[in-house]
Amino acid sequence: MEYIIIIVSAIFVNNILLAQFLGICPFLGVSNKLSTATGMSGAVCFVITLATVVTYLLNKYLLVPFELEYLQTIAFILVIAALVQMVEIVLKKISPSLYQALGIFLPLITTNCAVLGVAITVVTKEFTFGDASHMLNLGQAVVYAIATSIGYGLAMILFAGLREHLAMNDVPKSFKGLPIALITVSIMAMAFLGFSGIV
Amino acid sequence: MSKFSLITDGFVKNNPTFVLVLGMCPTLATTTSAMNGLEMGLATLFVLVLSNIVISLISPMVPDKVHIPVYIVVIATFVTVLQLLLQAYLPSVYQTLGLFIPLIVVNCIVLGRAEAFANKNTVGDSALDGIGIGLGFTLSLTVIGIVREILGSGSIFGWKFIPGDGILAFVMAPGAFMVLGYLMVLFNKFAKKN
Repeated sequence: MEYIIIIVSAIFVNNILLAQFLGICPFLGVSNKLSTATGMSGAVCFVITLATVVTYLLNKYLLVPFELEYLQTIAFILVIAALVQMVEIVLKKISPSLYQALGIFLPLITTNCAVLGVAITVVTKEFTFGDASHMLNLGQAVVYAIATSIGYGLAMILFAGLREHLAMNDVPKSFKGLPIALITVSIMAMAFLGFSGIV
Repeated sequence: MSKFSLITDGFVKNNPTFVLVLGMCPTLATTTSAMNGLEMGLATLFVLVLSNIVISLISPMVPDKVHIPVYIVVIATFVTVLQLLLQAYLPSVYQTLGLFIPLIVVNCIVLGRAEAFANKNTVGDSALDGIGIGLGFTLSLTVIGIVREILGSGSIFGWKFIPGDGILAFVMAPGAFMVLGYLMVLFNKFAKKN
């Protein structure tokens, strides 16, 4: 049951883009075309899940036992940067086709605050399940990371679809580009508000 | 005069929010009220100025291949300093801004200025650039915060002057996108011409 609550709340209720405002820069940057939006969502999903597992273990077995929690920010961002580099190198060797598809997005992900945001949320925030609230265990953290990135992908792909249509319409000059995109996102966020209260 | 323009450029010409469109996450998330926006802006200003100074000092010594990781460590260090200072002296601010304090590390404004300005200019100029861009960011965040607070709760900096509840949506997520979108329209219409 806890897993279902985590999944529904991460995808719909607390959607990472539309309710938590994490990872907005790439969201606005690469959502011009449906194909690039899909590629970026895939890359983000992969890196968020991997980074969450690594930083969770790092925090639990290294930082907390040695009382080094104040190094969290520095340690996490370094781990994420190194991880992204490694994923890039490994993918290039094992699966050149996947590397081709994700390639250009990978370096951008280091500075995607969604990755660091999820990593920090998982180790600092208490989650409420019915009456009880507690920190996530590793399994729940992984599920949370995957569900969050599915939510990211969902919002991104929906928005890219809208934006492709938007590009063909005649909008006033000062609304062109980002302003009209932001107003569209606002309406999407309003629709997603409808999910609040489900869990 | 040129030193002065280093600071004032950040307000309109190089405004980080409306022109460069950088650092959108804190811009949208922390501007639920004018005060929150101001606090977030000042926190970013702090990190921006100090990291600009240090990066302009060390950049001649840093090998080109590893410069991004080095810059990130410098920025992360100042963010940690800020986190500890806020926890000790302004715990209420630390509570309201929450996750977005550590996330200053990945704010593209900070790394962006390090890359675009601080690593090829003198310490003094880099400090001024940090102040200018930081103030520009603070200004935009405060303006967005003011608009959202007036519409959302009928008050300004906590001083209530419109009776009633206000439009709740403007304090929540959709209002953030909408206010930023419309302010950007106004900015395009009036400020970009000069």
